[in-house]
Amino acid sequence: MPSIISVSGLSKKYKSGLEALSGINLEIERGEIFALLGPNGAGKTTLISIICGIVTPSDGKVTVDGHDIITDYRAARSKIGLVPQELTTSAFETVWATVSFSRGLFGKPANPAVIEKVLKDLSLWDKRNSKIRQLSGGMKRRVLIAKALAHEPTVLFLDEPTAGVDVELRRDMWNLVRGLRASGVTIILTTHYIDEAEEMADRIGVINKGRIMLVDDKTSLMRKLGRKQLALQLQDKLSAVPAVLAPFKLELSASGLEITYTYENQEEARIPELLKAVTDAGIVFKDLHTSQSSLEDIFVNLVTDRKGATP
Amino acid sequence: MNGPAVVSIYGFEMARTFRTIVQSIVSPVLTTSLYFVVFGSAIGSRMTEVHGVPYGAFIVPGLIMLSILTESISNSSLGIYFPKFTGTIYEILSAPISAVEIVMGFVGAAATKSMMIGTIILATASLFVPLQIVHPFWMVVVMVIMSVAFSLFGFILGVWADGFEKLSFVPVLIITPLTFLGGSFYSIDMLPPFWHTVTLFNPVVYIISLFRWSFFGTADVSVGVSLAMTLLFIAGCLGFITWIFKTGYKLKS
Repeated sequence: MPSIISVSGLSKKYKSGLEALSGINLEIERGEIFALLGPNGAGKTTLISIICGIVTPSDGKVTVDGHDIITDYRAARSKIGLVPQELTTSAFETVWATVSFSRGLFGKPANPAVIEKVLKDLSLWDKRNSKIRQLSGGMKRRVLIAKALAHEPTVLFLDEPTAGVDVELRRDMWNLVRGLRASGVTIILTTHYIDEAEEMADRIGVINKGRIMLVDDKTSLMRKLGRKQLALQLQDKLSAVPAVLAPFKLELSASGLEITYTYENQEEARIPELLKAVTDAGIVFKDLHTSQSSLEDIFVNLVTDRKGATP
Repeated sequence: MNGPAVVSIYGFEMARTFRTIVQSIVSPVLTTSLYFVVFGSAIGSRMTEVHGVPYGAFIVPGLIMLSILTESISNSSLGIYFPKFTGTIYEILSAPISAVEIVMGFVGAAATKSMMIGTIILATASLFVPLQIVHPFWMVVVMVIMSVAFSLFGFILGVWADGFEKLSFVPVLIITPLTFLGGSFYSIDMLPPFWHTVTLFNPVVYIISLFRWSFFGTADVSVGVSLAMTLLFIAGCLGFITWIFKTGYKLKS
């Protein structure tokens, strides 16, 4: 089956001279959850904004379900729902009115049953007659999602959906996203949190400085990116790592007072095993901490890898 | 044609009007009444007839037009400026809706409100002065034309403005003077020849002349010329709006 979204040779240069995107090629598969991962200013929002029709591309071509976003914009846009990054809501309308407005704007005839379902799914039903300005930030975020879903889109864009969101909403949102995916909706979300991409996505694209660095299946990507370290501070100086601990490939610091275990996310289950083995070997540790390579480190690695690869 | 979208935008804008219905009606009625007390009774009683029309009645079309112009511009400009200001414009830009449909929604709602207020002022005026309307059909047509024309102008203003200051700057510093100097409350025939010529560059002159003709059957400028100039103004606004959507001027980057 052809991709639901196909981006080829897409570039965007703003009037200010800023080149936000250069030569983006990207295929989004039907029914997947795709996470676009990148630091602030990487071009995530620009890419989404172009696909949704808010920003004009400088060059390149985008199709949504086979419809060109410029020449056949009506067909393309009617398939898309967008939840923007900022909490941009009008203030004086009721929740019901603003969600119904969105449905109409996307050309769908009024259908109270659909609006009711969307509001109930987002725990907004009790608030349907409240004015938006009376709602909390989290509730406003729910309203924005409800607006994006009001016209029953087949593609949903979530731009930084969990920035400044509490735990409960975050969990609700992921449940909703999974439910939507189960009903056949393709979901594209942007984030700069690795764990978020890890939790949700089927595939992950990494974008930096307006270029797609790589697109990969989540499991294989997390193996590359999600490296963690566990450091144990020892009570007594160690001259060498005992042979029984060899399977863990531990590193001993020069001072002999710290051993480091490097592992991938999927191997967290081995930590109790390691700690037991360390204790059994008679090694006493007074403190421990884990660390994860930051996204910045990962990008630096990616960029240097690329440079290394090209002569 | 995305009918539901036009209805949605129109409905959204009209809801905004009805939320503030009291000030929407009370303010023009009060202003009109004050004008009649001052110009109609206090000063008007000492003035001679203009083109055979008592002064109190003569100023009625001007008063209606002044309100329609102000309301059209302020409603239409705020209608499109506010989503830009709050950021909700993203939804309109990402919707499967054409430029024509966006304009129909915003301008249609602004023009509707203007006509409602124009009608209220006409009703108020009829309490103060005996009114006879020679061409009632044309009176309605001209009211529609000027509501649409200045709502289009307001739309342009709303797109152009990047702050509330600019939004109020144009109506106060440009539109109000043009309205007052355009013969809303006097016949431009009363002006000295030089100023009479200067004033012919003011588009308001043609619209008020046309509007007054529909009331009293007499006009400062011939009806054909007035109609042509008014339609030219509309064409200019439409051309500008076409350019706005073609280039994405201040709407899309």
